[in-house]
Amino acid sequence: MEYILIIITAVFVNNIVFSQFLGICPFLGVSNKISTSLGMGAAVIFVMTLATLVTTLVQQYLLIPMNLEFLQTICFILVIASLVQMVETILKKISPSLYQALGVFLPLITTNCAVLGIAILVTQKDMNMLMSVFYATANAVGFTLALIIFAGIREQLEFSRIPKGMKGTPIILVTAGILALAFMGFSGLV
Amino acid sequence: MNNNIRTLTNGLLKENPIFVLLLGMCPTLGVTTSAINGMGMGLATAFVLMLSNVFISALKTQIPDKVRIPAFIVIIASFVTVIDLAMQAYVPALHGQLGVFIPLIAVNCIVLGRAEAFAAKNTVFSSLLDGVGMGLGFTLALTLLGGIRELLGSGALFDHKFIAGDGILIFVLAPGAFIALGFLIALINHLRRVK
Repeated sequence: MEYILIIITAVFVNNIVFSQFLGICPFLGVSNKISTSLGMGAAVIFVMTLATLVTTLVQQYLLIPMNLEFLQTICFILVIASLVQMVETILKKISPSLYQALGVFLPLITTNCAVLGIAILVTQKDMNMLMSVFYATANAVGFTLALIIFAGIREQLEFSRIPKGMKGTPIILVTAGILALAFMGFSGLV
Repeated sequence: MNNNIRTLTNGLLKENPIFVLLLGMCPTLGVTTSAINGMGMGLATAFVLMLSNVFISALKTQIPDKVRIPAFIVIIASFVTVIDLAMQAYVPALHGQLGVFIPLIAVNCIVLGRAEAFAAKNTVFSSLLDGVGMGLGFTLALTLLGGIRELLGSGALFDHKFIAGDGILIFVLAPGAFIALGFLIALINHLRRVK
């Protein structure tokens, strides 16, 4: 039951994009087509789960026993960056087809603040290992959902008549705002 | 001299990181619930931007080209840790409000972007000016957006209440961030086109 609550909270109520404001850059950057946003979403789910697993291990067995919690930011960034690099190399070798699908998005994820953000947030919450990893996956699913819905809307926007001054970024931001308003309807669900 | 002034003012208006380059959106939307939060976040980022620009520019001949990105990230993350701990000690209330966005300065695209695009190619002094200019441009944008949201959402500015009543609550909530920034960028685009 607890795990179902985590999913509902992370995906709908506290959506990572619309209420926690993490991962806005890729959200605005790669949401112009549904197919690319699916690829990006899959890559984020994969990396975020793996990264949170590794960073909680680092925190639990390295930083806390050695009293080095203040090095958290530096450590986590390095862990995530090297992890992404490693995943890219391994994927290229063992599964070229998956690499083809996710490849271009992997380097982008290093600078995705959602991955580092979630890794830091789970250390601040009182969660056990399994729950932390689960929480990360649920958040990544929430990110993917937001990305796909938004890509669908943006495909429609291409064909709409938009006032001259609002063309480009402004209309995209306002659309995201209205979508965030819709997601607010979920608050109070849990 | 003229060139230096141009480097400094470049980040303020012509290449404002938020309004023109559209970099660093997460803190822009996440922390600007009030003018003071926006300003605090902006100044913290400006500090990191300034020092990392100076250090990277000074070390640019020492850092091997192949590992420059990880090296830049370590330098940036060190300064982020410095400002994180300093804010925790001296302004704990603001630190609490900004929360996870302080450590996240380390992955803010502006900081790494300026390191790569400017500091790695220019002298220490002009990198310092670029860091100050970009940092102040970022602060300006965040304070402006925070001010607008605070004024519309709660009728106050820098915690001083101007308008009686509740205000349009939606502007201090999450959706208001997107909508306010959208209209602000539309206005700025319009002004740039007219000029």
